[in-house]
Amino acid sequence: MNQEVILSEEELRKFKIKRTIGNIGIYVFLVIVALFIIIPFYWMLATALRSEVELQQTKISFFPKEWVFANFKSAIDYASNKGANFFLFYGNTILVGFLTTLGTLITTILAAFAFARLNFKGKEVIFSILLATMMIPGEIFVISNYATISSWGMKNTYAALVLPFITSVFYIFFLRQTFRQIPNELYLAAKVDGTSDFKYLWKVMIPMAKSTITSITILSMMGSWNAYVWPNLVSEKDHYLVSNGLLSIYKDVDGTGQILSLQMAAATMITVPLLIVFLILRKQIMRGVSRSGIKG
Amino acid sequence: MLEYKNDIWKALLALAPTLLLMAVFTFYPMINTVFSAFMEGYCYGVWRDNGNTIGWLSHYGETIMQSSYDAEGNLIGFTETYVGIGFGNFVTIFKDPTFIDALKNTAIMVIVSVPVTVIIGLLISVALNGIKKLQSVFQTIYFLPYVTNTIALGLVFAVLFSSRNGLINSFIESLGGNRVAWITPFAGKNPSYFTCLFVLMVYTVWNGLAFKILVFLSGMQSIDKQYYQAAQIDSTPRWRVFTKITVPLLSPMIAYITITSFIGAFKAYSSVIAIFNGNYGPRSNPNMLITVVGYTYDKLGKMSNVNELGRACASALVLFAIIMAITVVELWVSKKKVHY
Repeated sequence: MNQEVILSEEELRKFKIKRTIGNIGIYVFLVIVALFIIIPFYWMLATALRSEVELQQTKISFFPKEWVFANFKSAIDYASNKGANFFLFYGNTILVGFLTTLGTLITTILAAFAFARLNFKGKEVIFSILLATMMIPGEIFVISNYATISSWGMKNTYAALVLPFITSVFYIFFLRQTFRQIPNELYLAAKVDGTSDFKYLWKVMIPMAKSTITSITILSMMGSWNAYVWPNLVSEKDHYLVSNGLLSIYKDVDGTGQILSLQMAAATMITVPLLIVFLILRKQIMRGVSRSGIKG
Repeated sequence: MLEYKNDIWKALLALAPTLLLMAVFTFYPMINTVFSAFMEGYCYGVWRDNGNTIGWLSHYGETIMQSSYDAEGNLIGFTETYVGIGFGNFVTIFKDPTFIDALKNTAIMVIVSVPVTVIIGLLISVALNGIKKLQSVFQTIYFLPYVTNTIALGLVFAVLFSSRNGLINSFIESLGGNRVAWITPFAGKNPSYFTCLFVLMVYTVWNGLAFKILVFLSGMQSIDKQYYQAAQIDSTPRWRVFTKITVPLLSPMIAYITITSFIGAFKAYSSVIAIFNGNYGPRSNPNMLITVVGYTYDKLGKMSNVNELGRACASALVLFAIIMAITVVELWVSKKKVHY
């Protein structure tokens, strides 16, 4: 019936060798992929540090011949010469990111609380209508929102950059899931003690949903750092976020690559802060993104 | 059974900020976009007097207005306003070769980038799941593109593929090959559609892998180890383990990632304009790789011209219809194929 498999010493060694070769293969593959991911970052930094003379040559070395750190200052000056302030782009992005996140947290926590905890007629219907809007591509909203913001005379204001984004069905859904995991008994006990609903939300639910709220904060801040389309529509130089500033000021208009080192210096200055934040908050960010991905 | 009271007032209070914001920035735009798409001759413009903006005009009354411009060329009035309801805007965009190009380009980008990213992402995740040492180091490296700025790294890819002194051409040259006019002209040769698309796809894959690897890997780590141990006892080859255990048990994640990737790929925009420094293609053909979203925003930018807003809306609705259709088909397919 069943053939008993007994590996001879010879076979076992062969098996082990095969496995080791396989493992080496895996590591080689992973290293190649890692290089593919890292090289663009390296090239950005390397180009940012090259001298203008070096960039004009057609033969380019993998490592910069000399490190011109002054390029970073030149990049900032270049923006000033064009009537823009590079640091203002940072400031705008941080301000808009902060206000958007704060607004989003307030609205989504309240809404998720209502959907998870309160009882009222039409709860499920309203919730499904909100969920259904997630299917609709944002471009459909952008068109009319642009018209709305324009007609309110709010173009080129911080309000225009923040208002359309201070609520999110996705985050409401995300938070509701977390809130619903909090046992009912806790709520009933709080009720017996005469705790009001909003005090219960503040004292019990929010602390218990801390990790979800952290995820939302991170995702929302990252969203502002990456925002391009909407700010590009509604704002001008003094309200640009980093992406808009980068593309509009450091555009390689004539295609000669004259300003490549400045462009890459600016790109580096925009990329590095987020990378540093990522390396500090690596665990939280990756957990947040993966949880939002799986549950979304 | 505990008695629950009705919290309608509290609920209204808690939901008010969200519902109010959504009424203005979600529900109204939805309805408005649909209406505008079907309104012919509708336009939208700034109303100026002596260069001062008095207000914004949107009008779909029956009156046909005469357009007039001030000395600086600012629109003061309109040629015509709303003339009727119909499919005119849709007919116009489908007759517009640029829109057809946009549809074609978007379709090609989706067909290339989605399978490539999902398959490579899956392979990387399997490899990553098979090792113990350095796993978190590799995972961190692979996640880096997720936390970078799309515009900034798009510019970097343009520099990498620069024909004059980019890394890729230098590498090709050091291997004895000839430089390629990837996205900028070289030696009198203009970049071709293929090379431009290639660069864009490399960037899209680079940019998209991070999220997929993260989701796949966390999915794999939740697969019961016993399946793999059983396979190991039978000394099943890696490939069979992959196709018979990993893929079926991971199929819900694969289905989810495929759907979201399709939707994301159909909305391609920022990556294109970043690589081409604000255009949709190389300088020889600035509209070469225009996408549906790009077309929509182009029309939106010209919305003070008659009908352009309607066409922007029509194009956005076409995008919506495509995304809906794909989602429905994929849900239907995954219902049959996905092993839960």
